[in-house]
Amino acid sequence: MLKYLAKRILYVLPVAFGVSLFCFLLVHIAPGDPLTSVLPPDASQAMQDELRKIYGFDRPLPVQFGLWLLKALQGDLGTSIATGRPVAAEVWRAVGNTLLIAGLATVIGFVFGCFFGFVAGYFRGSFLDKFASMLAVLGVSVPHYWLGMVMVIVFSVQLGWLPPGGAGPGGSAAWKWDWEHVSYMILPAITMSVIPMGIIARTVRALVADILNQEFVPALRAKGLMDFGVFRHVVKNAAPTALAVMGLQLGYLLGGSILIETVFSWPGTGFLLGNAIFQRDLPLLQGTILVLAMFFVGLNVLVDILQGLLDPRVRRR
Amino acid sequence: MSAIAQGNAAIIVPPLAKSPGYWAGVWRRFKKDKVAVGAGLVVLAIILMAIFADYIAPADPTRSSMLRRLRPIGTPGYPLGADELGRDMLSRLIHGARLSLFMGVVPVFIAFVVGSVIGVAAGFFGGKFNTITMRTVDVFYAFPSVLLAIALSGALGAGITNSLLSLTIVFIPPIARIAESVTTQVRAMDYVEAARASGANAITIIRVHVLGNVLGPIFVYATSLISVSMILASGLSFLGLGTKPPTPEWGLMLNTLRTAIYVQPWVAALPGAAIFITSISFNLLSDGLRSAMDVKG
Repeated sequence: MLKYLAKRILYVLPVAFGVSLFCFLLVHIAPGDPLTSVLPPDASQAMQDELRKIYGFDRPLPVQFGLWLLKALQGDLGTSIATGRPVAAEVWRAVGNTLLIAGLATVIGFVFGCFFGFVAGYFRGSFLDKFASMLAVLGVSVPHYWLGMVMVIVFSVQLGWLPPGGAGPGGSAAWKWDWEHVSYMILPAITMSVIPMGIIARTVRALVADILNQEFVPALRAKGLMDFGVFRHVVKNAAPTALAVMGLQLGYLLGGSILIETVFSWPGTGFLLGNAIFQRDLPLLQGTILVLAMFFVGLNVLVDILQGLLDPRVRRR
Repeated sequence: MSAIAQGNAAIIVPPLAKSPGYWAGVWRRFKKDKVAVGAGLVVLAIILMAIFADYIAPADPTRSSMLRRLRPIGTPGYPLGADELGRDMLSRLIHGARLSLFMGVVPVFIAFVVGSVIGVAAGFFGGKFNTITMRTVDVFYAFPSVLLAIALSGALGAGITNSLLSLTIVFIPPIARIAESVTTQVRAMDYVEAARASGANAITIIRVHVLGNVLGPIFVYATSLISVSMILASGLSFLGLGTKPPTPEWGLMLNTLRTAIYVQPWVAALPGAAIFITSISFNLLSDGLRSAMDVKG
């Protein structure tokens, strides 16, 4: 297990380095000067140079990257050009909010996805299987930002049951775990859960069908095990892969929440990214993307390690 | 010696009855799959709609009218209503198919070509070249696709060319990875060894053995990416990172109509329904191709 762990970590370090290099270069592939959005159009050359020096844009690129990486490792992601506040603080606050709905969405998606996938795999070829498979295709084909709009139209505009967007009275700063606030999470979380639901249902269906085809299942039945007993064995065999898929889906949702957060004005990382793009606030864009990508990389490693713990076969690969 | 030669010549090779080949089998299996055929017909209809948009659309998609803003579905002269600038929704939806299809197919096609070349080269040559190439690919693969597309588009700025570029970069890594893994498997096969022993050079081996095995799975995978590409491209427009108004594009239409959901909710939802129908048709078609071509995974 230790060897497996070391191998995984050695593999991920260069990837993490590459990801940070990419995030660093994002600011520099952008057309124009990163400071154009704050500089007044009639700024003098001296003023431009001064500002460039403050932000560190006057040094050679490799030096800038080294300094930026060192600071990032210490938790300093620079200063937002639009607001002048530290990027790290803004990103961390937003990450918490995004985790809230992405986590809820993953749980909803996992529970329903497992249910549909299991039913489909167990009664393969039946009407239930076709229905569940259709739901899975719908889940991966729907443009989720549009689904969000339809949800708002139905549940907020027409029925008036749930709020159309925002994070409750007083915004995310005054968040409390009561219905008044939680009601704001429901629509975005359900909308978001549709994608992992489809993917998990597909995975679980294939897994269950595969496991039921293996020799040990008739052997268990021959031994006199009832359906529930067989079910327990199927769950035990399907769980590691299903959990791994769920972990990766959480990562995708964290990164992909921007569209849904825009629809629901949810104050998470996606909303922050939207602002950063709109105001061309490149340090904020860079910092947010770095944090989200690192979350995804870390989550991948965590999933691999958990899989290794649960399933000794994985370790030998 | 000469007797043997004569004997050989005497063997009459019957003209091969044209065997029903692989593609005929694929087509036969595909024809039986009613869902896939239906989806294929819908895709065909959407493609025709995009090509002949100028002739089909009842009105000019950019002609606005301040007097007829946000009309409901079924208004005389506006069968699917009018948008926030009084433009005919039906005409805009028909014309919008052009950009959406373009953004669904073109990035995937470029990524298909580039990703295959990268993956096959890395898999075939192996060694250090493989390590360096695939680690670079892994860096891009380490981003969730939506995030990568938005990061690149956000940094490069709005515009169709930039969206096209970012989406292509998003799809190259997964295609390259599949190409690389299949190529590595094929390279270790006995028949490749036999081909090499009988004097085939690298190009012949790649052309006959590697591509013959690699293209099928990547092609099927790439068709499943078309709907992803369309949804992502419309998503970028929805965020204001894609095409500029007044170009009719489904994602952008959804964005500009978002504020109208309290006035004409169902008109506002139409462009998304168009994206949904197209994307689900492509997905079902791709699923049908996958089972007809018998590709695993």
